[in-house]
Amino acid sequence: MISKKWLLNYHLMLLPGILLLIVFSTIPIFGVVIAFQNFIPGIPIFKQDWAGLDNFKFMFQLPDSRRVFVNTIVIASMKIVLGMIIPVTFALLLNEIRVRSFKRLVQTIVYLPHFMSWVILSGILIAMLSIDGIVNQIIGLFHVDPIMFLASNQYFRHIIVWSDVLKEFGFSAIVYLAALAGINPSLYEAAEIDGASRTRKLFHVTIPGIMPTIVLLSTLSLGNILNAGFDQVFNLYNPLVYSTGDIVDTYVYRIGLVEAQYGLATSVGLLKSVIAIILIAVSNKLADKFANYRIF
Amino acid sequence: MVLSKSWGTRGADIVIFALLAIVACISLFPLWYTIALSFSDKAAVNAGRVFAWPVGFNLSSYKIILEDHKFFAAFLISVKRVLLGGAINFVLTVIMAYPLARDNKMFPGRKFYVWYLVFSMLFSGGLIPLYMTITELHLQNTIWSLVLPGAVPIFNVILIMNFFRNLPKELEEAAVVDGAGPWYTLIRIFIPVSMPALATVTLFSIVGHWNSFFDGLIYMNKPENYPLQTYIQQLVVRIDPALMQTLTTEQLIELSKASDKTLNSAKLIVAMIPLLLIYPFLQKYFVHGIVLGSVKE
Repeated sequence: MISKKWLLNYHLMLLPGILLLIVFSTIPIFGVVIAFQNFIPGIPIFKQDWAGLDNFKFMFQLPDSRRVFVNTIVIASMKIVLGMIIPVTFALLLNEIRVRSFKRLVQTIVYLPHFMSWVILSGILIAMLSIDGIVNQIIGLFHVDPIMFLASNQYFRHIIVWSDVLKEFGFSAIVYLAALAGINPSLYEAAEIDGASRTRKLFHVTIPGIMPTIVLLSTLSLGNILNAGFDQVFNLYNPLVYSTGDIVDTYVYRIGLVEAQYGLATSVGLLKSVIAIILIAVSNKLADKFANYRIF
Repeated sequence: MVLSKSWGTRGADIVIFALLAIVACISLFPLWYTIALSFSDKAAVNAGRVFAWPVGFNLSSYKIILEDHKFFAAFLISVKRVLLGGAINFVLTVIMAYPLARDNKMFPGRKFYVWYLVFSMLFSGGLIPLYMTITELHLQNTIWSLVLPGAVPIFNVILIMNFFRNLPKELEEAAVVDGAGPWYTLIRIFIPVSMPALATVTLFSIVGHWNSFFDGLIYMNKPENYPLQTYIQQLVVRIDPALMQTLTTEQLIELSKASDKTLNSAKLIVAMIPLLLIYPFLQKYFVHGIVLGSVKE
C-alpha cells in the first residue's frame, strides 16, 4: 500500500510540527553553550568570551546555589511521599462507598482544584493565610497570636507541600481508582466464601491488587525529585522565606532574567537538567525491571 | 447475593462517609471562602469578620471589575490565546499523530520522527536559551510568543498516535479502496471516530493555555499585553521583593491590611468562571483520557 503520493503527504503532515520543534526546542538546546561563556547581552553568541567551567565553579562557591538544590530536593521529596500516600488512602476510602451519587459528588468536588492555576490558588491562599484571614481567625479562637504564615520559614515548606496535596490528591487518585476497578470481582467472591472480613479483604485482595500501580508510580516519581513546582513556589514565596523556599527554578529565573547573569543562570539550569535526565533514565529502567513498564 | 451487614460494618461505613464528606468540604472551602469574601463588605473583611458566609452582602467589587478596562483587555488577550493556541495544538496533534500511527514498513521514516519527538520531549535548553530565542525572533509582545513555543504538544501527539493505532485497520482500507487520499482519510474518518479522545486532549490544552502566566510575564514587556493570569499575578499575588526587605513586620501587616481583599477575590472568581463553565465537559472526558494514556499495543 506504499505509494509515493501517500508517503509525500505523510512527510508534509509532519513538516510544520517538526519545523516548530527545531526552532523552539532544538535550537535552544545549542544555547546551553552560554553556560560555558562570560555572556554579555547584546553580543552575538558566537562572539562571546569562553569561560570554561568558571560559571560552574562560581556556582558551587555561592551558598545560595547549594541552598536552592537542598530546598528543591526537600520540597519535592515531601510532595512525592504525601502525593502517594494521600491519593491511595482517598481512593481506598472511596472504593468502599457503594452509593453512586455520593461517590460522584465527592469526585466532582475533589477533581476541581487540579484545573485551577497556581496564580488563582495562590491568591486564595494568600487571602486565607493573611494576618486577618480565616486561618488566623480560627487559631485566634484558641488564643494563639496571629502568625504571618507566608513570611515564616517554620511554616513555608509545609504550606507549599500541603497546598499541593490539596490541589492534586483527587486527580492523582484517578489512576488508583482505575486500578481498583480493574480488580477481578471473583477474588472478592472467593474471599467472601472463605469468610474473610472487610479488613481482610482490604489487606489480602484490594491492596495487593493495586500494588503494581503503586510500585510503578513511585518508581517513576523518582524522576521528579528536582521538580518542586515552579508556578506554585513563584506565586507564594517572598524574600523572607528564601532560606527554606527558594528552589532551583525560581533561582534561575531571578539570577537570569531579573539580574541578567545569563551564563550563571544557564549553568545552574543545565546542572539541574543533567541530573533530571539521569534520574528519569534510572527511574524508567527501574520501572521496566519492577513493573514491566515501558513508555514505548 | 444479599448480605446482612453487621453493626461493625455499618459503623465503618458511617466513618468512611463522614471522612469523605470532610475531605470534600476541605477541597471546596478555598473556593467557597473566596466567593464569600468577594460579596462581602470591605470593612468586614479587613476586620476579619468573614468566615464562610458574606458579611454585608454587596456587589460593589463586581461593579468595579465591570468598569475596569484593563481587566477586560487582559481577559480578551487570554481568550484570544486560548482560541489560537488551542486550535494550533489540535491541528498539529492530528496531522502529526496520523502519519506516525502507520506501521514502520508503510512509512519508512516513521522511526526517525518518533525518536525526534521523544528527544524533544526529554531535552530542552532551559529557561534562558528559550528566552533568548524568542527575543532573537522578535516575538516579544506578540501573541505568538505565548502559542508557538508550546505549539507541538508532544505528549498528546503520542497519546493520539497510540489511539489511532488501535483503530480497526478496515476503516482505512475501506477508504483507500474508495479512492480516498491521506488528508481525506484523516479528516473524514480518523478525526470523527476519535472525537472523545481528541476532545480530552484539546480541553486539557485549553486549560493549560488559560492557566499559564509565566510566559506572559517574561515575554510581554508592557502590562497592557499581559494575559489575564499574568495580570492577576502582578496585581493580586506579587509582593515587591524590594519592599519586603525594607519594611518592618508591623509595616508589612499594615500593608496586608490595606490590600483590597474583596476586590481581589472578585477578580479571582471572574478569572475562574471560564474554567467552571467547561469543567462539566472536562469531567466527562478526563477519566476516559487517563485510561487512554495507559492504552498500549
